Amino acid sequence: MDLVLQLLFTGIGIGAVYALVALGFVLIFRATNVVNFAQGEFSMVAAYLMVVCAVDLELPYWLSFIIALAGMAIIGVIFNLGVYYPLRHRTYLPVIIATIGASILMANGVLALYGPQPQVLPGWFDTPGIQLGPVYLDSQYLLIIVVTIALVIFNYWFFEHTMIGKKLQATSQDKEMASLLGISVSTMIMVTFIYSAVLGGLAGLLVAPILFVSIQMGSTIALKAFAATIIGGFGDVTGAIIGGLALGIIETFGAAYISVPYKDGFAFLVLVLFLVFRPQGIFGERVAEKA
Amino acid sequence: MSTSSDNIPAVVITRPKPLLLRHAPYFIGAAIVVFLAASMQFDGYILNILMQATTFAIAVFGLSVVLGLCGQINLAQAAFFGFGAYAVGIGTTDYQLSYWLCLVAGCVMALIAGAVLGLSTLRLGGHYLAMVTISFQQIVTLVMINAIWLTKGPDGVSKIGRPSLFLSSQSYLAFCVAMLALVGYIVWHLPETRLGRAMRAVRDNELAAGVNGIDVFRTKVYAFAISAVLGGLGGGLFAGGFAYISPDQFSFAESIVFLTMSLLGGVASPIGSAIGTGLLILIPEWLRFLKSVPGLYLAIYGLSVILIIRFMPDGIWGFVTAAYDRMRSSKKVAVTSAPLQLRPAATGGDMVLEVTGLSKHFGGLKAVDQVDISVRRGGVHALIGPNGSGKTTTLNVLSGLYNATSGKVVLDGTDVTTMPPHLRAAAGLGRTFQNIRLFRSMTALENVIIGAERPGNTLTGKGDEAALTERALAALTFVGLGPRAMELISSFSYGHQRLIEIARALAANPTLLLLDEPAAGLNSTEKLELHELLKRIAAQGLTILIIDHDMTLVSEAAQHITVLNFGRRIADGESMAVLRHPDVVSAYLGTD
Repeated sequence: MDLVLQLLFTGIGIGAVYALVALGFVLIFRATNVVNFAQGEFSMVAAYLMVVCAVDLELPYWLSFIIALAGMAIIGVIFNLGVYYPLRHRTYLPVIIATIGASILMANGVLALYGPQPQVLPGWFDTPGIQLGPVYLDSQYLLIIVVTIALVIFNYWFFEHTMIGKKLQATSQDKEMASLLGISVSTMIMVTFIYSAVLGGLAGLLVAPILFVSIQMGSTIALKAFAATIIGGFGDVTGAIIGGLALGIIETFGAAYISVPYKDGFAFLVLVLFLVFRPQGIFGERVAEKA
Repeated sequence: MSTSSDNIPAVVITRPKPLLLRHAPYFIGAAIVVFLAASMQFDGYILNILMQATTFAIAVFGLSVVLGLCGQINLAQAAFFGFGAYAVGIGTTDYQLSYWLCLVAGCVMALIAGAVLGLSTLRLGGHYLAMVTISFQQIVTLVMINAIWLTKGPDGVSKIGRPSLFLSSQSYLAFCVAMLALVGYIVWHLPETRLGRAMRAVRDNELAAGVNGIDVFRTKVYAFAISAVLGGLGGGLFAGGFAYISPDQFSFAESIVFLTMSLLGGVASPIGSAIGTGLLILIPEWLRFLKSVPGLYLAIYGLSVILIIRFMPDGIWGFVTAAYDRMRSSKKVAVTSAPLQLRPAATGGDMVLEVTGLSKHFGGLKAVDQVDISVRRGGVHALIGPNGSGKTTTLNVLSGLYNATSGKVVLDGTDVTTMPPHLRAAAGLGRTFQNIRLFRSMTALENVIIGAERPGNTLTGKGDEAALTERALAALTFVGLGPRAMELISSFSYGHQRLIEIARALAANPTLLLLDEPAAGLNSTEKLELHELLKRIAAQGLTILIIDHDMTLVSEAAQHITVLNFGRRIADGESMAVLRHPDVVSAYLGTD
């Protein structure tokens, strides 16, 4: 039982990371109707920025954190202008191929610049964690969970109670109507890309001390996050969060009780099961194209 | 009954020689290349490059089928390549099986994996397919590395066998080149076959493909499975050629290399695939120094993908052919085809369409609510109503694009209520769309041929190419566009595109034709022509159900009118009586 609780805690922690990246997926999908296959690379690039600042340049941890996130905002702008914006009037296929190209470019660009050795990033806190009854609460996992909860609340407030959030919602629901109402659609899409890049970056910064910082972390996280969005229901914010948490828990238990080397395969298995039996996910409705 | 009348000879685009004879130059050329591959003395380095190019090209051909022809993405081609390679690798070493058996087994494994992946994913949108193929690719790599008892893990498999007939590297290369030529021939001609046309139709417009009788899902699964098989075949040949394989040769990065090859050369054609493969194997050899920095090559590939998609979406070969097409004037066809025959089937009773209690709800919105429509055989029946009254929704439910919430649809005695669009087309339903849905990368003729290919069309004789072409030309001539049959859709005016869509539906010889606002966007001359066309169609006994806002057209063309308002039927009957009905007048003009 103790082990179960411990695994549950770990699973929720790792699942929260998937949830954050999944949230980035969903936001871009809602704004542009395109899945950004480079979403996971935002996490990877942010983690490397953090390694450069905090480890190589020995800047203070909090300052490195801010620099890395600011860097992600800039990457979000470049990504939008270089990859999405020129193709915005084409069908989804060229756009997703371009985002796949961007994902390859980012992963291997970092590899070429920084080399293949995985890097170690220390956690935010010096205290490794606290013992709460039978469960050991690792401080980094706690941080992840707290930040995710805070972000979900922020996200809700931002989209439901701020003007810019409402404009973003309007844009994602009907671009033509939004632009007729004087909303600058291209600005809103730009904001979405910046927000998603920062969100993905934040997930990367939070998870980096748990995993090694490596070139592969981006694609691994992206796959999990995508599976999470399908489990939750495509295009649904709540679904992305629930799906992410569910996947984190499934994976942690799978690794503990079934097989460690195939840990990354469970996400795929769950993904296919959902695609076959409940493609609309837990919360979703929209799967088919409109006539 | 013959399809040509006595005094007008049916002259269609002639096919002077049998297929194999016309393509003799290809086979002679291929034979020469195979002979050269077998007889020239290459050194080991050149031989390896040629071997790699040949086997990779086969896998890239697979991508040109699934991505180029059918518009579906496959990011796991290296995994399928690996299936073939490991089948040959493990089979010929650990199990001492015959090379041929292993090669076939590899292709079959790739086929099964591809079909299963496709069956589980292809009903959903393309995003799913992209992510699922990436996931699948990762799983296969995981298995290759971790299932050491089977795959020998990261060490890979060495001393892989070859068939006794082609033991020397040189003769094995010649064998691979021969396979490449064979596969190339098939892929080259696939677009002109029924399956290939269906794939292109699905790529251009899925909805239109469905209502024209194409099983969209099955077509996609076929394309995906063909792509997987070609991946497996390439991999099997690759394993025999290099005698050593390891997991890193079949990673996601290799799938991206395949994708880049395909996009660079031109995804729509096997020639483009061959060009892309050749270039991306040669360029890294020329620029070896770049290989000293890990990741740099793939970073360049990633950047190339973005740039190609943006600036050269049809690849090198697409660029060349487009330039060539511009220089050449479009072909005019001398058409004196037989007049179009329409012989709508008549198996049911007096009523060709009987709709009872049809409802379609979107959440709480009752777009169509308990509607009854009975369409009498051999007339024009109009469905009218103000904007938002549920007309187009009704048509979409009738043609199977939406599932009915409740109610029953009987077409010519067959209950089609739960059928998908392509089966309704097979049952005799034809339709056009309000926002024209043509297959935009094809010629007018090809569009109409797809219509003529409708399963259940009895007027295309044996269903061979000549009969289909003749039927399609007759339909185009019927709407007045016969001489422009060979032009691409984009060169036609809006009004003419509408006529092509009608011709496509007519070529299918439907039992019932649904026209969704055919007069929308037409000028007054075009409307008159449309009216004449409707008369000529009705004169052949084809039943039409038409939606339109043009009251002149509706009142002149239709004998029977059903009126919808807010999703409900408010009037139904003989035209003039219905138009004078007080409820109809108030629905259109409002009440005092």
